[in-house]
Amino acid sequence: MFLAILAGFLLAFAAPLLHRWLGKWVLVPMATLPFSIFVYLLTLTPAVLGGDKLGELHDWAPSLNINLHFFLDGLSLLFALLITGFGTLIMLYAGGYLKGHPLLGRFYLYLTLFMTAMLGLVLAGNIISIFVFWELTSISSYLLIGFNQDKEKSRNSALQALLVTGLGGLALMGGLILLGMAGGSYTLSELLERGDLVTNHALYLPALVLILLGAFTKSAQFPFHFWLPNAMEAPTPVSAYLHSATMVKAGVYLLARLTPVMGGTDEWQYTLMLVGGITTVLGALLATQHTDLKAILAYTTISALGLLVTMTGIGTAPAMEAMVVFLLAHALYKGTLFLVAGNVDHATGTRDLTQLTGLSGSMRYTAIAALLAGMSMAGLLPFFGFIGKELLYEATLEESPFRWMLFAVSFFSGMVFVAVAIALGFGVFWRRSTKPTPLQHPDKLLLYLPPVVLASAGLVFGLLPGFFVTPLLRRAAESMLGVEQVFELALWHGFNLVLGLSLLTMALGYVVYRYANRLLSYASRFNKLYLFGPANLYQLTLKGFLIGATKITATIQNGYLRSYIAAIVTAQISLVVLALWDDGPRLELGNRLHELSQLRLYEVVLLLMIVSALVFLFKSQSRLTSIAIMGIVGYSAALLYILFGAPDVAATQLLIETLTVVIFVLILHKLPTFKYLSHATERYKYVLISLTFGAVMTYVILIVKQYPLDSQLKAYYGQNSYLLAHGRNIVNVILVDFRAFDTLGEIVVLAVAAIGIMAMLKLRMQKGEKP
Amino acid sequence: MELILPFIIGILYSASIYLILHRHFFKLILGLILSGLATNLFLFVIGRLTRGGSAIIGPDENVAVEPFADPVPQALLLTAIVIGFGIQSFTIVLIKRVYQSFGTTDLDDMSTTDQIEEHH
Repeated sequence: MFLAILAGFLLAFAAPLLHRWLGKWVLVPMATLPFSIFVYLLTLTPAVLGGDKLGELHDWAPSLNINLHFFLDGLSLLFALLITGFGTLIMLYAGGYLKGHPLLGRFYLYLTLFMTAMLGLVLAGNIISIFVFWELTSISSYLLIGFNQDKEKSRNSALQALLVTGLGGLALMGGLILLGMAGGSYTLSELLERGDLVTNHALYLPALVLILLGAFTKSAQFPFHFWLPNAMEAPTPVSAYLHSATMVKAGVYLLARLTPVMGGTDEWQYTLMLVGGITTVLGALLATQHTDLKAILAYTTISALGLLVTMTGIGTAPAMEAMVVFLLAHALYKGTLFLVAGNVDHATGTRDLTQLTGLSGSMRYTAIAALLAGMSMAGLLPFFGFIGKELLYEATLEESPFRWMLFAVSFFSGMVFVAVAIALGFGVFWRRSTKPTPLQHPDKLLLYLPPVVLASAGLVFGLLPGFFVTPLLRRAAESMLGVEQVFELALWHGFNLVLGLSLLTMALGYVVYRYANRLLSYASRFNKLYLFGPANLYQLTLKGFLIGATKITATIQNGYLRSYIAAIVTAQISLVVLALWDDGPRLELGNRLHELSQLRLYEVVLLLMIVSALVFLFKSQSRLTSIAIMGIVGYSAALLYILFGAPDVAATQLLIETLTVVIFVLILHKLPTFKYLSHATERYKYVLISLTFGAVMTYVILIVKQYPLDSQLKAYYGQNSYLLAHGRNIVNVILVDFRAFDTLGEIVVLAVAAIGIMAMLKLRMQKGEKP
Repeated sequence: MELILPFIIGILYSASIYLILHRHFFKLILGLILSGLATNLFLFVIGRLTRGGSAIIGPDENVAVEPFADPVPQALLLTAIVIGFGIQSFTIVLIKRVYQSFGTTDLDDMSTTDQIEEHH
């Protein structure tokens, strides 16, 4: 099994190369792979049908309990056969459908990637590997839906599908991890035996909610159903394969797989029945509102998926039986109908039901396939769909408080299925018409062979249900029920209630078909309802995110220096306040007030000079005056240094201050005069920020000075300056001797600044050259 | 003095931040200079003030005698002042260059490169 998956991935990435070498014959290796896996799986079938569960273990991340564990039982086998069997036909079909397309190689890459991922998903025996393959199917589905990447609608639909299923995937990951914690294992075969442990665990409910979210998004259940019709933007082989037969059933598969582990509780049953029921009715209802073949098929697919979920929710033996039978029947006829729709689209250039008529003459084989599939969908004797429908009715009519509701749901969808089946299987092809829709090209072998094969399978399975299908489906149902189950499929049950109801469905379905046009005319009345629908909600959310992201970026990164500075300063203020808030040291000024009496007059004069200089600075309109005032402040600071025993610092400060004033005057004499540019309200805000910052800094100094300074450096330098370094000016000694390297660094900084200044002054921009 | 200087430093900081928050490039430079000044004083005051005694060892002694000022903050200050000067000169030349090239000293006109393109 590991080899099969590996071969799939390898072949997928080789596809573009193969396309270059083999041209259109690339379909041969691409179809051979799924076919050989199909055959390989068939060789395993006898063992599985005998009741064995095959496992295969490869270490992946054993320390995390994540292993590449493969697990094959009835349920996996059913899905795996479906994937590879249908996959073979789709590979052939795609070769015909996209014949001559320049990107056919890439298409095969995506499609094979998807098929392998899907195969891995159903074969995985470790819930983490299930998740990994699950996400791979989402990604490859995204690539496939967006295959016509030059169309905007295609890209949007692809993104929508990815977002919806991707978000569901995230939820699923959380749910699976919780499930693993609750069950104490990530291995499926172990979990399958710990159902009681899991359902009684405190983590059961959160795990259930998250896993259901994952399953519902993937299987397009209400309210996440809206991505599936949009996904019909994909080329038809993709719609048939991913969005009808396999990928959308991944959610159903997961639910079925986990039924023995998580199922059986009230929460499980009611949620599945409710959501499945709503989806069934809604899908059927919406199917009657469209004339696009693929849209109709998409909505009936949603409806069918809803039925499958409902059956899983009911959880009794007959319901499980009905579920697996209906699953197979649906895959066969819906896949066929999709392919038929693709053929019609390909040959006539339209998918509009109202424009298509009388094609049976020109597209003989496609028409036969459509007829067969349509009869299976309608549930006619002796097709496989008939058995499915009978079982569905039987399962819903079992003794339960909701029996009539459940029956009504499946009856309603059955009615619509009949109508759709008549329209597609009969109306488009066989209804007599004086003016058949013209063809652009005749039917091709590669295009009609796959649907014919699929449709015939529906007939053969119906005629001979006991031959191969019954044992397989029996094991599949057992995987869900967890116990041995006797299982008989028969075409004829005699005249009973269910048969009568089947006939009634037929009759009412025909009525729906006859009055389809009138139903369509109601479509416009629903438009208002769509405004509140999940699809619209999705659009709004997406738009909201974009607007929000733009706004946040514009606010945070607005390009205005002052808002950056304001943010930095505010953050610093907040941090200091936070640090000092609760258990920070308290300021005690009371016992320090006597220090004020030591103040000398010249010191007070100096301080007053600084303050008044600042006042003038703010009043000044002239640049030159401002520069002079800056000089005053600088010189005052220098005087302060002199007063408190720092003559070197003072000397430097005086020198620098003088130089600054000189440079200012030399360079800036040509600038325009000041303008007050800021808004008044903004200015108040900035005044507030500035004042708070000043206050915080004052407070910090006062707090620091409350505690004695214990500097051993002062004593060390005092002791050793002369004795070790032979200098009497301690500050000088530190700079040129003890910390000489720091001074070197400082000189380098100055040199770099000087080079920068030189460069800016010397740089002469040429005329017309952009700076 | 020990009580008054923190308030002076606070005032200097307030003034510098307010100037930095202006739209005018020139005021930004004034704010930068003031902010450097305030920080220097901050360091100086944190390292304790000593009236009189400088950090110089007298001609007759081998070791410094108390009271003498702490030499460590002074050494830091010297470095800070000189580097501050480097930054100041660089910004002063930068503003001149910006005015020559873009014809504006309004920082808001320089918020995006696209806007600058429009001025031409």
